[in-house]
Amino acid sequence: MSDAVFDRVRSGLGDLAQDAAVSHGVLVIDATPAGVLPLVRGLKASGFDMFLDVTAVDWPAQAPRFEVVWHFYSTTHKVRVRVKTRVAEQQPEVDSLVALYGSAAFMERECHEMYGIRFRGNDDLRPLLLYEGFVGFPLRKDYAKEQEQPLVPYREGFQ
Amino acid sequence: MDMRELRLPNPIRPAFDKPTSDEHVIVNIGPSHPATHGTIQIVAELDGEKIVRSDVHCGYLHRGFEKECESHTWHNLIPYVDRLNYCSALINDFAYCAAVEELMGVEITPRTKYLRTLLSEYSRIADHMTCIAAGLMELGAMTAFLYLVSIRDWVYEHIAQVTGARVTYSFGRIGGLARDLPDGWIDRLEWILGQYDDFVGRVHGLVDRNRIFIDRMRDVGVINTADAINYGITGPMLRSTGAPRDLRKDTPYLAYAELDFEVPVGIKGDNYDRYFVRMREMDESVHMIRQLVDLLAKTPGPINVDDRRCSFPEKEHVYTEIESLINHFKLVMDGPKVPAGEVYLAHEGANGELGFYIVSTGEGVPYKVHVRSPSFVAMGMASRMLDGYQLADLIPTFGSINMIGGECDR
Amino acid sequence: MNDKVIPIQAAGGQPSGAFEYISTKKDELVGWARKFSLFPYPFVTACCAMEFMAVSSTPYDTDRFGAALPRFSPRQSDLLMVVGTINHKQAPILLKVYEQMCEPKWVMAFGACATSGGFYQNYATLLGVDRIVPVDVYIPGCPPRPEMVIDGIMKLQDKIARERHPILTKEF
Repeated sequence: MSDAVFDRVRSGLGDLAQDAAVSHGVLVIDATPAGVLPLVRGLKASGFDMFLDVTAVDWPAQAPRFEVVWHFYSTTHKVRVRVKTRVAEQQPEVDSLVALYGSAAFMERECHEMYGIRFRGNDDLRPLLLYEGFVGFPLRKDYAKEQEQPLVPYREGFQ
Repeated sequence: MDMRELRLPNPIRPAFDKPTSDEHVIVNIGPSHPATHGTIQIVAELDGEKIVRSDVHCGYLHRGFEKECESHTWHNLIPYVDRLNYCSALINDFAYCAAVEELMGVEITPRTKYLRTLLSEYSRIADHMTCIAAGLMELGAMTAFLYLVSIRDWVYEHIAQVTGARVTYSFGRIGGLARDLPDGWIDRLEWILGQYDDFVGRVHGLVDRNRIFIDRMRDVGVINTADAINYGITGPMLRSTGAPRDLRKDTPYLAYAELDFEVPVGIKGDNYDRYFVRMREMDESVHMIRQLVDLLAKTPGPINVDDRRCSFPEKEHVYTEIESLINHFKLVMDGPKVPAGEVYLAHEGANGELGFYIVSTGEGVPYKVHVRSPSFVAMGMASRMLDGYQLADLIPTFGSINMIGGECDR
Repeated sequence: MNDKVIPIQAAGGQPSGAFEYISTKKDELVGWARKFSLFPYPFVTACCAMEFMAVSSTPYDTDRFGAALPRFSPRQSDLLMVVGTINHKQAPILLKVYEQMCEPKWVMAFGACATSGGFYQNYATLLGVDRIVPVDVYIPGCPPRPEMVIDGIMKLQDKIARERHPILTKEF
């Protein structure tokens, strides 16, 4: 049953996607950065009504560096789709999905503060899990895990 | 110290700092507030007692879970996974282990399948009990809190007999579990389930048709199905709106396809429905546990799959055979080698779809472990559930969302 | 400040025996009263909250120690129980709450994360609340068993009983 849904989705992709294959039960679509928003609109129209998550993967040795990953779920077809695209370090920008899904607001804020990915169209990218004054993007591979940025000065005897 | 000299930085930037009208007041609720469970800050604009608009801030329990995972082996990060939704820690364990097993191509043994399902449902009962107990206590029903926490304490001690710990267990292993059930565990389980029926019956009697409870919870914090799905809400919150969406039925995993259970739904999507959906889900979990006890009795066998890539060899072999010694050493020091690739796998957590997105480059240490946490997504919708209601309604509404800080902020 | 004639020092500059006797007895009495009427401020954040709830209710019950009634206002409480991980975002809030509490006040670091950051040794976590507030008793465990918490409360009570409790002047 899920194969029928996946085939329908794949046939509607056109040239928005570079590749679409099923992996571990999920249809994985490799899209171009510009093709993400129209592709997602098409997904929403074909029944993928729940936007689960957006996150990024940092491949510092590769170019483009960041791989932005979205997950969608269809409550009617009960299948999942993953959309991936690559953006470069110098211009880590993708389109925002806030106009389509309400859950995109918080997700994109978190992805932005952790990786530095900018979401065009989402004008509320304040830090959500991190705090005001935090410099840097901690989930990037070049941010040292123990590098703390305390807000409150420590007592005497602690450095 | 003179408080006037204390200058502390403000860790957040609120969305608004001027009220929309001269008669409105902006107040700050939390993060150190019992209603917000100590880790959520709500900046609310009030018109008298009514909340006109609110801005919800998370992050006060951000502990760097994803970053920590990148420097521990696949096995060593199981304690971190536990502490995501710490009220039902076993569900997190098993969801993570299932994701890694999917990527490795490992299939768990039948006995482990039933045991994982049983312990997941047991954890779900503990989580719902904590949510309802805390919610009722915040409304003033102290007796109901003590009843439910008594059972929860028996459940904790009982799980400690098999896992070794009361609250956070690290019991799941890639390819199986840490150990099998001890003798007499099932008998004690029967006793606890009997007590559960008694105590929960008393809570129903105290609260269900209580005029004060109904007045405070009915038609408060109302959401509808379309909004909930748009905001990514799953779990008891979505079911309270009437949509029978449950991953255990829609995309069955573990042993759920073999079990007979219903998916309780609400009618209005308000706080009362969320309370009732959770109470009924606990009953369904107990029903499932009773079926699983029978299934377990018919399924003896090994707990861990016999796969050297992830399962530790028996200690007798480790001390006598060189291959087992090296195998054990490699598994501990380097971690199980998970083939390169990525997988997203979701289980039905106590709050909804708990998803693990893991990326591996073939090492014994993950490249990325990302959690799709249902509480975090629910916080995205919290502001809509609070706006328009009274300030006192914030307490039951927030309690019914069951925001768990470890899961929300990771 | 106080004109009452309590001889603090005898004529030779030595501390007066009578004064010491009275102030020791006073300290014992005030210490006894304070240790059995702790009003905790449960600064609760994470998983240790589950064990805090367990230790406050049946069958472990902090009410036996007089420490049952939590006060969610720092002005009304005297024991700051830091339950759970404190991260850098929460640290200013913790310090503000601590500074708002009036003397005498004690701090209990409940759990491994409050004691030393636990196993979250990374950019986000404050590696132990004693970096920003002075801690009186540390309770290890992740999370600590309720019996451990009760042991910690009893050790804190011993500490309070041994302390000096100046109530009228700096010396008395």
